[in-house]
Amino acid sequence: MDNVITRALTNLGHRVTSRIRRLGFASRFFAMTLVYSGTALKRFNLTIREIYFTGVLSLIIILVSGLFVGMVLGLQGYDTLQRYGSSEALGILVALSLVRELGPVVAALLFASRAGSAITAEIGLMKATEQLSAMEMMAVNPIARVVAPRFWAGIISMPLLAALFSAMGIFGGYLVGVQLIGVDEGSFWSQMQASVDFREDIVNGVIKSFVFGVVVTWIAVFEGYDSEPTAEGVSGATTRTVVTSSLAILAADFVLTAFMFRGV
Amino acid sequence: MNRAALDLWVGFFVAIGLASLLFLALKVGNLASSSTGETYRLMAEFDNIGGLKVRAPVKSAGVVVGRVSEIRFDQESYRAVVSMQLDQRYKFPRDTILTINTSGLLGEQYIGFEVGGDTAVLKDGEKVKKTQSAVVLEKLISQFMFNKAAEDGGKK
Repeated sequence: MDNVITRALTNLGHRVTSRIRRLGFASRFFAMTLVYSGTALKRFNLTIREIYFTGVLSLIIILVSGLFVGMVLGLQGYDTLQRYGSSEALGILVALSLVRELGPVVAALLFASRAGSAITAEIGLMKATEQLSAMEMMAVNPIARVVAPRFWAGIISMPLLAALFSAMGIFGGYLVGVQLIGVDEGSFWSQMQASVDFREDIVNGVIKSFVFGVVVTWIAVFEGYDSEPTAEGVSGATTRTVVTSSLAILAADFVLTAFMFRGV
Repeated sequence: MNRAALDLWVGFFVAIGLASLLFLALKVGNLASSSTGETYRLMAEFDNIGGLKVRAPVKSAGVVVGRVSEIRFDQESYRAVVSMQLDQRYKFPRDTILTINTSGLLGEQYIGFEVGGDTAVLKDGEKVKKTQSAVVLEKLISQFMFNKAAEDGGKK
């Protein structure tokens, strides 16, 4: 009996300390990535190659989902707004919800599952096939050569993808609201322009997507670098990337929103 | 994939990304319309500003001529002091009356300028004398209810 309780407590303690140790390693890894970023920025074609894989290849999913999210917003928003006789405010609703929240958050969630998982799987497989160790043998720092370019590519891609998502969503809302339902085109755009503020809404949205870019790529490269060098370990790491970064995006979004839009 | 094609795709991606940011800033946001041109400051005291917020529009004849820049409480007079930034192009007579209006039944509140006939115009930093407070809907309703009750009481 006594034995069972001690074992359970030891187990619990071990799990807690190992989580904390992982977090510590993750922070150290983040700092190391920043320190060894020189190569990624000096040999920028390394980063450009990664922007192709993380950014350009995510374009289709971002554009198509942005369009559909905007179209759904147009339909749902119109349905609710016309009850209060203010269907002209559809432009405001679509633009503000996309620029402030949906654009950065949904784009980041898609980015985490499209690009983040790929980064983790790639780095994890490199580790499993001992390519990272081979680089170290050749006195090439794997963090500088493999991790940092992916990290910077993610940070550069994410705000652009979020902006594309928002723009595409607003276009989708315009298609449904103005072209399909017949909200007045002039008031759709002018009301939108009157209430979307450049500094308050658009810049804050870009800041959000930048932070999400840092969070997602950090988690993705770390999980890949820290994965067990087995097939099972890589698959587990890929799953953890998607789960952890999705939760981190939503949590970070709450914190950022609390700072940015307090309704003052 | 060779480097030229890679550069082309990444360049394309960055270009449309920046283009969409520009679209957001100019077409969706108010960067184009919010002229960062010359403004001048006016102040006004109100008994009650209702739900007026900083950055609320200042309108004359329905046209936005400026924005509310600051709202604070005056400890001496127990009134609200509202500062506004007005477009330099527009001048208003000194006997202009400021009212706090609501656009629509549930819309946002704004300051309306009811232009007077004075030939002297308001200058930078000047305080507008004549103001009218916001209409507080609850007060109106309670007044209406009291009147109604008084009427009904009189009939009996």
